[in-house]
Amino acid sequence: MKNIKCDCGHVNPEGTVLCESCGKPIEGNQHIDGNDNKRLLNMRYDGTARRSQTYNKSIVDKIWSFFSSVKVGVWLIVIALVASAVGTIFPQEQYIPIDAVSRDPAVYYQDAYGILGQIYYQLGFHNLFSSWWFLILIALIGVSLVICSLDRFVPLYKALKKQKPQRHHSFLSRQRLFSETEEVTEEEKQKVINSLKAQRYKINEENGHVLAEKGRFSRWGPYVNHIGLIIILLAALLRSTPLFYTNEYLWVREGEQKVIPGTKSEYFIENKGFILDLYDENDDRFKAALEKQGTMVPSNFQTNAIVYKQSEDVVTGAEAQLEKVTEDEIRMNHPLEFEGYKIYQSGYQLNEVNQMTFTIQEIENEDGEPLAEFTIDVTDPKAEYELDNGFKVEINEFFPDFYLDSTGPKTETQFPRNPTFIFKLYPPNSDESETSFVGDVISAAEALGINTEAVELNPMGEVLGQFATNLDATGENEYKISIQDMDFHRVSGLSIRKDHSLPFFGVGALIFMIGVVQGMYWQHRRVWIRPTEKGLMLAAHTNKNWFGIKKEIENSIENTNIKMVDDQQELDE
Amino acid sequence: MGNLISFSSTMLYTAFILYLIATFFFGFTIRDKHTSTSKGSKGVAAKIGISLTIAGFIAQLTYFITRWIASGHAPVSNLFEFMTFFGMTIVLAFIFIYFIYKLTVLGLFALPVALIIIAYASMFPTEVSPLVPSLQSHWLYIHVTTVSLGQGILAISFVTGVIYLIKHIDQSQLNWRNFSLEAVLYSLVLFIGFVVITTTFNTMDYSASFEYKNGSKTYTTEYNLPALAGPNEGILLTEGVMEPWFETPAWMHGADAGKKFNTLVWSFITGTIIYGLVLLILRKRIGAAIQPLLKNVKLDLLDEITYRAVAIGFPVFTLGGLIFAAIWAQEAWGRFWGWDPKEVWALITWFFYAAFLHLRLSRGWHGEKSAWLAVGGFAIIMFNLIAVNLILAGLHSYA
Amino acid sequence: MCMSLDERKSNKIKKKRNRFIFRTVILAVMLVAIIYALVSNMDKDNTIYRVGDQAPDFQLEQINHNNEIETIRLSDYEGKGVMLNFWGTWCPPCEAEMPYMQELYPKYKEKGIEIIAVDLNDTRLNVKQFIDKYELTFPVPFDNKGVVSDLYKIGPMPTTYFISPDGEIVEKVEGGLTLEKLEGYFQEILPE
Repeated sequence: MKNIKCDCGHVNPEGTVLCESCGKPIEGNQHIDGNDNKRLLNMRYDGTARRSQTYNKSIVDKIWSFFSSVKVGVWLIVIALVASAVGTIFPQEQYIPIDAVSRDPAVYYQDAYGILGQIYYQLGFHNLFSSWWFLILIALIGVSLVICSLDRFVPLYKALKKQKPQRHHSFLSRQRLFSETEEVTEEEKQKVINSLKAQRYKINEENGHVLAEKGRFSRWGPYVNHIGLIIILLAALLRSTPLFYTNEYLWVREGEQKVIPGTKSEYFIENKGFILDLYDENDDRFKAALEKQGTMVPSNFQTNAIVYKQSEDVVTGAEAQLEKVTEDEIRMNHPLEFEGYKIYQSGYQLNEVNQMTFTIQEIENEDGEPLAEFTIDVTDPKAEYELDNGFKVEINEFFPDFYLDSTGPKTETQFPRNPTFIFKLYPPNSDESETSFVGDVISAAEALGINTEAVELNPMGEVLGQFATNLDATGENEYKISIQDMDFHRVSGLSIRKDHSLPFFGVGALIFMIGVVQGMYWQHRRVWIRPTEKGLMLAAHTNKNWFGIKKEIENSIENTNIKMVDDQQELDE
Repeated sequence: MGNLISFSSTMLYTAFILYLIATFFFGFTIRDKHTSTSKGSKGVAAKIGISLTIAGFIAQLTYFITRWIASGHAPVSNLFEFMTFFGMTIVLAFIFIYFIYKLTVLGLFALPVALIIIAYASMFPTEVSPLVPSLQSHWLYIHVTTVSLGQGILAISFVTGVIYLIKHIDQSQLNWRNFSLEAVLYSLVLFIGFVVITTTFNTMDYSASFEYKNGSKTYTTEYNLPALAGPNEGILLTEGVMEPWFETPAWMHGADAGKKFNTLVWSFITGTIIYGLVLLILRKRIGAAIQPLLKNVKLDLLDEITYRAVAIGFPVFTLGGLIFAAIWAQEAWGRFWGWDPKEVWALITWFFYAAFLHLRLSRGWHGEKSAWLAVGGFAIIMFNLIAVNLILAGLHSYA
Repeated sequence: MCMSLDERKSNKIKKKRNRFIFRTVILAVMLVAIIYALVSNMDKDNTIYRVGDQAPDFQLEQINHNNEIETIRLSDYEGKGVMLNFWGTWCPPCEAEMPYMQELYPKYKEKGIEIIAVDLNDTRLNVKQFIDKYELTFPVPFDNKGVVSDLYKIGPMPTTYFISPDGEIVEKVEGGLTLEKLEGYFQEILPE
């Protein structure tokens, strides 16, 4: 490593482009910033040596200088940009629509998008944003941020710290804004200085050489905003630990009390009632839009909830005293908050059956008065029901969410979404029973062309009597059991989040904004005055908004002989 | 209530007309052969132009406020309202930049961009629509207005970028650069095509219904343009109207894909015809025709405004499009980031302008390169505003 | 400024070494962070209790009428090997493995293994009918509040934990079990 001594006597480290002291271009290094074939000097980092570009020895140094290149950084950004765009071509797995043919990604993508969809799925693009390579890409951007910032902060700091007013004449003449005036009086020069001072420039004078400077702090903007971004990336790292972030989902029926998942059985929630409000079709304001849309538009989803805490330390599952912690309405945009957790209204299900009422009639006398009536609590049916008139009903089989496949009747889930019963009916004073199959309201409704997913807006109970299935297995039944009434209860879908990483994201975002505003909305402006024999040289540099600095120079040389600086920018060539 | 809404619509219409007239006055300023100092007839024209622009802006602001009062929520909740607002922020950003740089040619290009966007917006349903629960939050207008303001400022960099390119790129013979520039101008004409064809058939009250299957369900859709492209495996229900010429390909799967594809085809056809007519009248490329008008404009000033607009717009966009968006998403869904297509495209926009700034600051991409990047950035913004809503499904697809 | 040449040289070498250390440390820290991020991203299942952990204790009502215990508490079974099964009547693979469990139960109960089959989200009626159908005799705790399924973070069903006599989770199996596999796991948790 060799140092370079400038004509002014200053010793510069290797890789220096413009002398740290006087700014004279250092011979042999002008290619670094591309000054060699330009009239104007590149003022990047004021021409100081950037370490990464000077040593290239060990592996560590090689990796370091790779990531220290802005070119690499920009490439990483561009790759991330393209990858992100690819991730939006087809929906990501979590956005497969609920009404899709299948929510199984292996089926969905091919079914919906054909061969392209299948390729998309097989390349793993349906989970692109959580794929290892996307994560690495973002991480590499982080590495590039750290190394670029570290590498450039020091030289820039040095360059701005040791600025001398006295600069080489070629440093001035190769600035974008430059003028030379042959004859200038001391008075005029002082006038300019005073005027610059009045425009809030800091003046530094030495042997008649002047440096006027303002807005230097804006040069730190990029570093500040990069620190903000690094904090955001670190916050994302923190968030991947369960200590900082948990995310759970819970379905809770009206009237039901359930443990809040993720709280180690410490907290329970009770759904006091779920509310779904609709916009009034006759509302003057929205009438036209509602008519055009043709469907109901919800105006509110809400769960009235109570949160309890176990007051004593007992083993999980054991009965314990519950203490009310809070009671609130959970709405969209209005989560319930308690002790570090937030509960969000995330979904609802209105077509779960709560109670079913059945009647028994003689088949030969279908229109007559029912002989008996009974009600089943679908969430907890009993094995048998003793009825008036001596009838007895046994539940032989119960399918909460009935469907039929080649092997026979099945239940798809444990939720009472399509409750169906096989009853054994014992007529009065008889040991012989007859079997009835009752239920499957959903497929009966679908057969009639009713959209069962819209059930919530048009309660199915209203049309029940007309189409509920009743199958007589043997064809020899004397009695018929039919559904008299169905009572739906509403199930509220709640997500429970704990996210202690949020403050870190907040701080990161704030620092980023401060940095970006600092760097973008202020400019570092410098004006150099170099006395010549009788006159002076005037040069100026800013990192942006040349229009603004020109105006300020115009102001400061007003009423003097000093020539306005020329804009030597080469764009018009 | 109805009166207030119709008053509101009138104000929007007034704003549109005022912007249009202002454009002509700004056009008048460049016909002047003198230098760019604002004196003489040219100065007067510029003054009238900017006054009309401000008057138009106030009219549009009145539209915005009265519609807000009438509907009970900030009118940024559907595509029409949002795009209109975007047009307004472009005008605002233009006024702001104009008072810094006093560059009249900016008005001649920025106002038409705003006009096209507002006209485009008006082709979508304009009824006051109710707010679904997920949008019922103060963050709706905090987020949307900030994001839109950021995009409006960034749009100015597109405008100066285009002016730069028109002035700078050699038009003496066809080459890749002026071809690309012409493609940018052509795509602006396509928007006009969309507006013209939609307005034409709207005034004729054209309607044709189709029934089609998507997945396991059957839908009906109403076409307001004659069906060139019918829905995939669709059945025409209306009698006495044109049969579709061909079917929308099956792989287009978005909601109502057939209708949207048909509109796209019509816009292309109409836009291309308009473009062809313009070529026929000018007898040269649009870029080549405009170029001589720009001889008084300074390239480095354009370049500086491009950069300045990005420098000012980028932080505003970040604040509105990423930070406020994240805060709202956290409040509404409990997750501040969910890789929804709209979110992803906001991130892509952000990446793009970040790259723009790095290339400019560290790698010296000034002048033409910078101008092309500004055009690219605006293309991404427009893609996010239009295509993501209409094509890619997601939480934000409100059209 | 008045350093000797040697001094300067050694200074330079020192500087260079410091820079090397600095860069190595920064790169190493970032590498560790990236690896950590990758690993925690891969590890999608958010199970809190893994193989090797102590099985957390719980207490539930027992509803198998063929079994006289009224309340099940896991910690009462210390000293015994425990097969902790999570199931539901509506889940076909759960149904498929139940006969195997019943087949092995009497034999292994004598050897000191208990089967505890926690039922999730069912109706008592369906559980009873299911028990009758397969003549199950092992205890069936009823978790209608989802307390224990949250404690063990049960995802797909069936999920089975094999717990050693000293209460440690030896094996966690998601999905149905065959007779052979079941016996194999029983060998692992057999008390000495």
